[in-house]
Amino acid sequence: MNAPAPTKRSRTGTVRRPGDLAFSGASLGSAVLILLILAGVAFFLVMEALPALTAPGEEISGGEGFFHYVWPLVFGTVVASLIAMLLGTPVAIGIALFVSHYAPRRLGSAIGFVIDLLAAVPSVVFGMWGMAVFAPRLVPLYDWLDEHAGWVPFFGDASATGRTLMTASIVLAVMILPIVTSVSREVFLQTPRLHEEAALALGATKWEMIRTAVLPFGMPGVIGGTMLGLGRALGETMAVAIILSTGPFTWNLLGSGNSTIPAEIALNFPEASGLRLSELIAAGLVLFVITLAVNLFARWIVDRRAEFSGAN
Amino acid sequence: MTTQLTPAPEDQRSRTSGLRRARMDDIPGLVPSKVRPTTHRPALLLAVGAAVLALVLRLALDVHVAAALAAAFVAYLLVVYAVYRALGGPRVALDQLMRALVYFAFVLAVVPLVSLLWTVVAQGAARAFDPDFLTQTMNGVTGLHDQQYAEGTGPFIGGAYHAIVGTLIITGLATVISVPIGMFTAIYLVEYGGTNRLSRWIRFLVDVMTGIPSIVAGLFAFALFVQIMGPRDAKMGIAGAVALCVLMIPTVVRNSEEMLRIVPNELREASLALGVPKWRTIAKVVLPTAASGLASGITLAIARIIGETAPLLVAIGYARGLNLNAFEGPMNTLAVYAYFMFTKPLSPAVAAPSVERAWAAALLLVLIVIALNLLARLVARLFAPKTGR
Repeated sequence: MNAPAPTKRSRTGTVRRPGDLAFSGASLGSAVLILLILAGVAFFLVMEALPALTAPGEEISGGEGFFHYVWPLVFGTVVASLIAMLLGTPVAIGIALFVSHYAPRRLGSAIGFVIDLLAAVPSVVFGMWGMAVFAPRLVPLYDWLDEHAGWVPFFGDASATGRTLMTASIVLAVMILPIVTSVSREVFLQTPRLHEEAALALGATKWEMIRTAVLPFGMPGVIGGTMLGLGRALGETMAVAIILSTGPFTWNLLGSGNSTIPAEIALNFPEASGLRLSELIAAGLVLFVITLAVNLFARWIVDRRAEFSGAN
Repeated sequence: MTTQLTPAPEDQRSRTSGLRRARMDDIPGLVPSKVRPTTHRPALLLAVGAAVLALVLRLALDVHVAAALAAAFVAYLLVVYAVYRALGGPRVALDQLMRALVYFAFVLAVVPLVSLLWTVVAQGAARAFDPDFLTQTMNGVTGLHDQQYAEGTGPFIGGAYHAIVGTLIITGLATVISVPIGMFTAIYLVEYGGTNRLSRWIRFLVDVMTGIPSIVAGLFAFALFVQIMGPRDAKMGIAGAVALCVLMIPTVVRNSEEMLRIVPNELREASLALGVPKWRTIAKVVLPTAASGLASGITLAIARIIGETAPLLVAIGYARGLNLNAFEGPMNTLAVYAYFMFTKPLSPAVAAPSVERAWAAALLLVLIVIALNLLARLVARLFAPKTGR
């Protein structure tokens, strides 16, 4: 009585066609492939980095082990990215507010397109512009800072070419503007209209309305966007590799010296071989871990907002 | 106690403000706010004044342009604050101050963009449209040729033909690999997976993948091909394409997912109710409806990766001549070409011709990227699905 019928029907009664199987199979396969690719990125990087991580200290560049080799690079990467963030974020928030609350709507969407364009300019072009046009323009400023604010530990003897970590940081700030701006603009535009009107009805000026309604609502999104920008700045290669005249670690951000992990890899990889290659890949692994941490943190903040924004 | 500072014509609030104030004044003991309606006219006048100040500083006192503008802007901020404080109190003054800063932020972002585009066009236009530059490779071109050109004893030779072809091949390969994987993943997420555990994991990992630095993607591709081919022959076109895939797939997945999600469920249900199999529903109803969005998203993703330098620098090496075989030997792309020409000129003593080539390649690259962006917009607008009713 309960004998299975010899038809090709699944439990829900729908007919399983070969086309369906192929399609769902391809979809599932692609989805699983993404897992494999990511696992592959981690696996192959570790494989190639292993020789450098296990080699005796005196064989690594600098002669004192991998950690000693990599920490100035980590320092340069983090400092350049943090400066870029400090400079870029306020400007990006300003542009986002300009687009969402100050500019006429039509102009706002045109500006949105221009900002997207800024995001699409290849980084190598930013690097060439930064070195050829921007860096020389900054030299007078560096001289002035050296002369008048030399007591600040970061301001030492100014470079004559302007190819310093500071210049690289400023160009990085310009490069992360688009991502921070577009994320911020999006959340600012989502501010509940009622909150804004309530603030205005209570007598708030426009800025007070923004401070009390728009910014608190958008803050998690802005922080998330900033973190994404930080992730991008940490991994940015070509701009730093071209602009910065690299050298050993120094506290002086106005002179040449310092380097970042991506720049170190890009500058040395073409000629590297053997253990040096492995060293550079290991440095890349360190960068991967840092950006991964930053991105997960950003994701966590943005997701947290999604949970709490249901009350509007 | 009205605070409508900008009585825009379409605004209804300003009209009722008189009534509101009358009522508030009737309440005993209520101190009316000092905020009074003000206009932007003083701010505009002051802005003109600041511009004049900047001009005077620059022309009469010969101050550096940037310093003159900075001084004028700071002066403007101070005076605007003082004037509006006198006119309408501290809150109005702060409002105007913040308005000035927001506008300033916008201008600040436009300056580098304009400067950058101007530089690329001015430096690159000389060579970028030269037929010789577009049809020659760097095969056999040495620093000696550049020196002869600089001295006026030889022609300008050497172009970016191989780099243009390499860009097309590698980007094309990356697109051919990434688009099916990305689209099918998006189809899985929207049509099959829903909110099950696997799709939540995949969404998370796609986000992680979005954050992979481009140079790390290049290192991955190199490490992968070292395992397959050995360290000597690892650098080739397909390795670059694989590196670009790592960067392109997450963009395609996220964009396609978004586009598939906005296809109205009624369409799917209508099709399924007619007895159409699920895969045909997806292929014949869902995908065509979302086609414009999918196409524009893919175009943007291509625009994203076509200018990538770092991963290719690591993965494809550097070729001087034409190499049409992506599975053997180093290749070249416009971005890598620009980088090497700019930082390692053929003749270190006479860098100008190499730098000229670099800017020409950069201009071509920027034009391609802008064209792709415009194309994406056009596709999205022209073939937009008719979802609304």
